[in-house]
Amino acid sequence: MTPLIAVHGLRFRYDDGTRALNGVDFQLYPGETVALLGANGSGKTTFVLHLNGLLAGEGEIEVCGMQLSKDTLPRIRQKIGLVFQDSETQLFMPTVLEDVAFGPLNLGLSPAEAVDRAHHALHQTGMAEAARRAPYHLSAGEKKRVAIAGILAMQPEILILDEPTTSLDPPGQRDLVQLLRDLQQAKILVTHDVAFAEALAQRACFFEGGRIVATGSVSELVDRFGWSKIESCAP
Amino acid sequence: MHHVILERWSRGGSWLHHRDPRAKTAALLILLVLIATSHAGFWLLGAAYFAVLVAALAWARLPLGGALARSAIVLPFSLVFAAISLLAGDPARAGALVVRSYLSALAVLVLISTTPLPELLRGLESMGVPRFLLMVVQFLYRYLFVISEEAQHMRAAAVARGGARWRAAAGALAVLFARSYARAENIHQAMLARGFGGHFELLLGSRFGWADAWFLLAAGGGAAAIRFAIERVAR
Repeated sequence: MTPLIAVHGLRFRYDDGTRALNGVDFQLYPGETVALLGANGSGKTTFVLHLNGLLAGEGEIEVCGMQLSKDTLPRIRQKIGLVFQDSETQLFMPTVLEDVAFGPLNLGLSPAEAVDRAHHALHQTGMAEAARRAPYHLSAGEKKRVAIAGILAMQPEILILDEPTTSLDPPGQRDLVQLLRDLQQAKILVTHDVAFAEALAQRACFFEGGRIVATGSVSELVDRFGWSKIESCAP
Repeated sequence: MHHVILERWSRGGSWLHHRDPRAKTAALLILLVLIATSHAGFWLLGAAYFAVLVAALAWARLPLGGALARSAIVLPFSLVFAAISLLAGDPARAGALVVRSYLSALAVLVLISTTPLPELLRGLESMGVPRFLLMVVQFLYRYLFVISEEAQHMRAAAVARGGARWRAAAGALAVLFARSYARAENIHQAMLARGFGGHFELLLGSRFGWADAWFLLAAGGGAAAIRFAIERVAR
């Protein structure tokens, strides 16, 4: 099967000299959900920022059969939807509807088509009632749903979610799991939340020192790297 | 996100809010030229234009007190130059300077509080204002909210730890800019990830219709007629 994303030997160093990626090889196949696990600073977020060209390192990245380059970047950004960790970062328009329609308008759709897509995406995420509200009046869970709607409105083939459960309460996390299960796209989940990863991912990759050091099921990697939940630290 | 009050005012639904930004901008320019170049009967003219602008604010259902107070933001600057004129023995010029600057600010405020900024910038672009300049304004406006929000977070953190002191303010200012810069970069990345190409697309396009033409004719022609009538009486 041809992978949707194929990465070979990706390396990246920040301006301050920190080597964040040290030869990453990765594949994502159609329909699968992959969790990226690893400690803070292990390179997970830096890696996903490369996938739609927000950072540029050395190595090869191929998305939906297109080699990542300046020319293919607009089409690749249409294929990959990136949901940022902090929803506030992503919501910057005055109303929810305008924010969700921001991406489709940038794709060159007419305002009427953009509004249609925005309404559909808001309906998918259960936020149809919030279309006319101001994003800053929403709860953390609602903001996350609107941020996801903003990405879904661009109809991407791949969804990348960076720490999606951050600042969500347990019911919010449960709703998010249900929502993501209903979405057909291939997904990459950057997370520290083992339960969340286990609920959604068929496969996990463990990052350490800017490299993927192991691949397997979430439970295998959790056991192997002692990535246990806090309940297991009983005295 | 805490949007400034002008942003909220600009989203009103009055007849004036619905006029094309080009018509409102052209009417504003005519009024500014008339204010800046008037001599004979200036005080009477100033009173008449003040009455017209107050009527416009009431027509747009904007809070009169708040709008008049916000227009006074220019006074500290104009008062400095007025004081120089006063010291030079020209009180009439000093008074005219203050009145002119206040009326101009009030007129600009009527425009920006009845026109959402993205629409206003689009109108200015179609009137030939350089796109690069408009982009700078656009981002300045966007990041003002970011800086304001970061400042509020920092202040809350300082108060929670015993209150903010003036002596610590200089150091806090440096941190504020560093944090705002990082936050602004994240927002820019989120915009790029959704296909932003340096140009805000509008959900609701504007169309210059007959109502806009009549408005321009009435506002521009009316302001000119008031001035010529008052100047004739004054002579």
